[in-house]
Amino acid sequence: MTTATAPVSTAPPTPVKKLLRDPQALISGGFLLLVFLAVALAPLITRFDPNHADLSRMLAGIGEEGHLLGADNAGRDIFARLLFGGRNSVLGALLAVGVALLVGTTSGLIAGYFGKWFDNLSNNAASLLQALPGMVILLAARAVVGPSLWIMMAIFGVLLSAGTYRLVRSAVQAVRNELYVDAARVAGLTDWRIIFKHVTRVVRGPVLIQAAFMLMIAIAIQAGIEILGLGDPTMVSWGGMLADAFSRLFVAPILMLWPSVLMALFALSLTLFANSLRDALDGTQRTSPATIRNVFKKVEADKATTGVRESAIEMDADELLRIEELRIGYAMPDGSIKQIVHGINLDVRRGEVLGLIGESGSGKTQTAFAVMNLLSEGGTILGGRVLWQGRDLATLTEREFADVRGKQIAYIPQEPMSNLDPSFTVGQQLVEPMRRHLGLSKAEATAKAIALLDRVGIHNPERVFMAYPHEVSGGMAQRVLIAGAVSCDPDLIIADEPTTALDVTVQAEILDLLRSLQAELGVGVLMVTHNFGIVADICDRVVVMQEGEIVERGETTAMFASHDHPYTRQLFGAILSPDQVRDAYAAPDADDDRIKELTS
Amino acid sequence: MVFAISVVVFSMLYINAGGAARRILGDFASDEAVARLHEELGLYQPLPVQYFNWLTGALRGDFGTSWFRPTEVNEMIGVRLPATLSLVTVSLILSAILAMFVGVYAALKRGTWIDRAVQTLSIGGAAIPGFLFAIALVFVFAINLGWFAPTGFTQPTESVGGWVHSITLPVIALLIGGVASSAQQIRAAMINVLSQDYVRTLRSRGLLPRSVIFKHALRNAAGPGLSVIALQFVGMLGGVVIIENLFNIPGFGSLIAASSTQGDIPVIMGLVVTVAIIVTLVNLLLDVAQGWLNPKVRVS
Repeated sequence: MTTATAPVSTAPPTPVKKLLRDPQALISGGFLLLVFLAVALAPLITRFDPNHADLSRMLAGIGEEGHLLGADNAGRDIFARLLFGGRNSVLGALLAVGVALLVGTTSGLIAGYFGKWFDNLSNNAASLLQALPGMVILLAARAVVGPSLWIMMAIFGVLLSAGTYRLVRSAVQAVRNELYVDAARVAGLTDWRIIFKHVTRVVRGPVLIQAAFMLMIAIAIQAGIEILGLGDPTMVSWGGMLADAFSRLFVAPILMLWPSVLMALFALSLTLFANSLRDALDGTQRTSPATIRNVFKKVEADKATTGVRESAIEMDADELLRIEELRIGYAMPDGSIKQIVHGINLDVRRGEVLGLIGESGSGKTQTAFAVMNLLSEGGTILGGRVLWQGRDLATLTEREFADVRGKQIAYIPQEPMSNLDPSFTVGQQLVEPMRRHLGLSKAEATAKAIALLDRVGIHNPERVFMAYPHEVSGGMAQRVLIAGAVSCDPDLIIADEPTTALDVTVQAEILDLLRSLQAELGVGVLMVTHNFGIVADICDRVVVMQEGEIVERGETTAMFASHDHPYTRQLFGAILSPDQVRDAYAAPDADDDRIKELTS
Repeated sequence: MVFAISVVVFSMLYINAGGAARRILGDFASDEAVARLHEELGLYQPLPVQYFNWLTGALRGDFGTSWFRPTEVNEMIGVRLPATLSLVTVSLILSAILAMFVGVYAALKRGTWIDRAVQTLSIGGAAIPGFLFAIALVFVFAINLGWFAPTGFTQPTESVGGWVHSITLPVIALLIGGVASSAQQIRAAMINVLSQDYVRTLRSRGLLPRSVIFKHALRNAAGPGLSVIALQFVGMLGGVVIIENLFNIPGFGSLIAASSTQGDIPVIMGLVVTVAIIVTLVNLLLDVAQGWLNPKVRVS
């Protein structure tokens, strides 16, 4: 939490500036300010007494006899009642919010800092407060304390404090846990001062947003009590006006109008302002979906005007995949496009393993996703072609693509645990694609899935078939994903760093498995990796990618013998120290032995 | 939980109940009569003893007798509860279904004008209090168009058609807030699930969008959706008090309002505990459903 909000205060456009540039914030904030000022200065704005009844002016129309908004059924000035009533309503709600903040912050600070029994106690108290509808508690309380608006609102504040409490408590805990390893205490600041300083910074945004929502709820519940006829009859308020008017809905429906409209607008403004505030405080710049659509439209228009090269596709029978001048870009928050792959060319031949190597951010994974048309939201192919067995994949519809994916091009992801659907069993996830692509019956698909699980080295395939993803280990999950990738006999497997997230011992086993499966099935593999050890282990050819461009390519053996580009040298250096590259005999691990073999 | 609530609320209600006998009998009653009632109600006893007496009754399902009417609290609640529960249940189920459709649809149409319209409407629907919708509904559909009776309630045992007719407007008034806030959260949950790694992997297996969205993503978004509905339920129980009052429906809302004005403490106590029990039961039910949806919860 601390890190998430920390950049807010340092980011160039401050939250306040962002708010001032947001029309929604300006309009809603302006309206709120207007209401606050109007109710605060009520006696200066209107000369009428809100409680002065004059039966001769009963139901006076708008503007009649000086009544700006007319008079109500007792001849009282509506405008004056709105202003003075707003005074009570807003003050009452502010009281509730004040109590909620005071109680919530204090208890949150204590619970978060000291923990132990107080933490337990207050946690239970908070869930107790939130278990029952506030209205029911308030009505119960009213039986004891009477109709006073202020007391009711103070009690409601206590009910609301549970939310603030949770917010502050978790912030304090986060800060405290960080601070004990921090040097701040050494600097001579006392714990309390550190906590207070950090917590205020972290919490003030969320609390402010919460306060706006609490204000809204407090005004609504207050009006609700008035509508039930349980309010303080001597006091004018928005809810009281509503209740009065509702009882005369048949006689004078117009009386409903002003308090309803005012309350609705006030509630709406509070929400909109709180939402703007949240956006302004949110340090992360995300590209809105609308921006993405606009950017995509622009890209499509560009493609249309420049004219797609309709050159004939000539691929020989051995060539599986050819990428030509591929450019990939992502939509940015300001509506521009950031190009991350700058026109690369590569091809994968049948039965061949091509290594695509580069560090994170080099565009290698994005290239892999682009082939399958699975780029993350906001990503798109800006130009170039992805040719697959004589077809341009860019021309396929999503429906047609679904027949290529899994059946012809399969995918092995990097992070095994997050790539299995947690709500379905391993078996269900294996069976579904096989039934679709291979047209197998449920029993046939089940048998094949269990055979596959056995083939990828899972000892108890029936049990794993029935297991949910959270019940298997990371290494096992990766085997399951490999089984899934080969299940429909694809021609090409795109493996995105398939061993990076695994333990070192498991890594070697998975690589062995991939190598043996590749040999057995004769399938082409595009191996995305940042590790030259893996390239040495499994790849026939290798392509080196840096910052969205291919900087070097060649046969793996040749590449290990000599590589020119400084970046390639750097990648070699990342797995081996420069001395060890030359001093192969002293190398301790398996990868080095392999290199020795290749380079000798 | 119910026990803790009963202790806290009981202490709050009874700590100040010493003058209750005088309030019940009015200013003209003789001091002896007041003293006798004070004795009868057991108000002279220390608070823990009073609570113990109440609890032994409550555990046998007896919430005592109203102070102001010669009626059992159980009976008063029993008569009122069906109306309220039917209202809240119908609203809750309808709002869950509607919110699911709207939320999922908005998530799939993300960034289009449909999504923006849903966003705007749900901000409005969630911000504006339900009673304002109720008032507007009564004004337009009951008074101006005359399609519905503005107030009143028909028991479903009397006439199902009449019941549907009488709860239509109240249900809509209760629904709007519920649908608006849940739809937003279901939309967010759906968008979150659709951006998960496993969704990409499912797509990479060549599954059709239909299966990815409605079988896999929806199933994973259903858990967070249920939690939203649990919160919604507590909110609706509060909102229904006001809605019942506006539409003149004889549910527990009007009972608690009346008892609150009178200071009929045994009735209030019974109502609060009943609500607590209902909330607990619903949460239990949702926990079971949660376990059915989420295999991780099921194991533990």
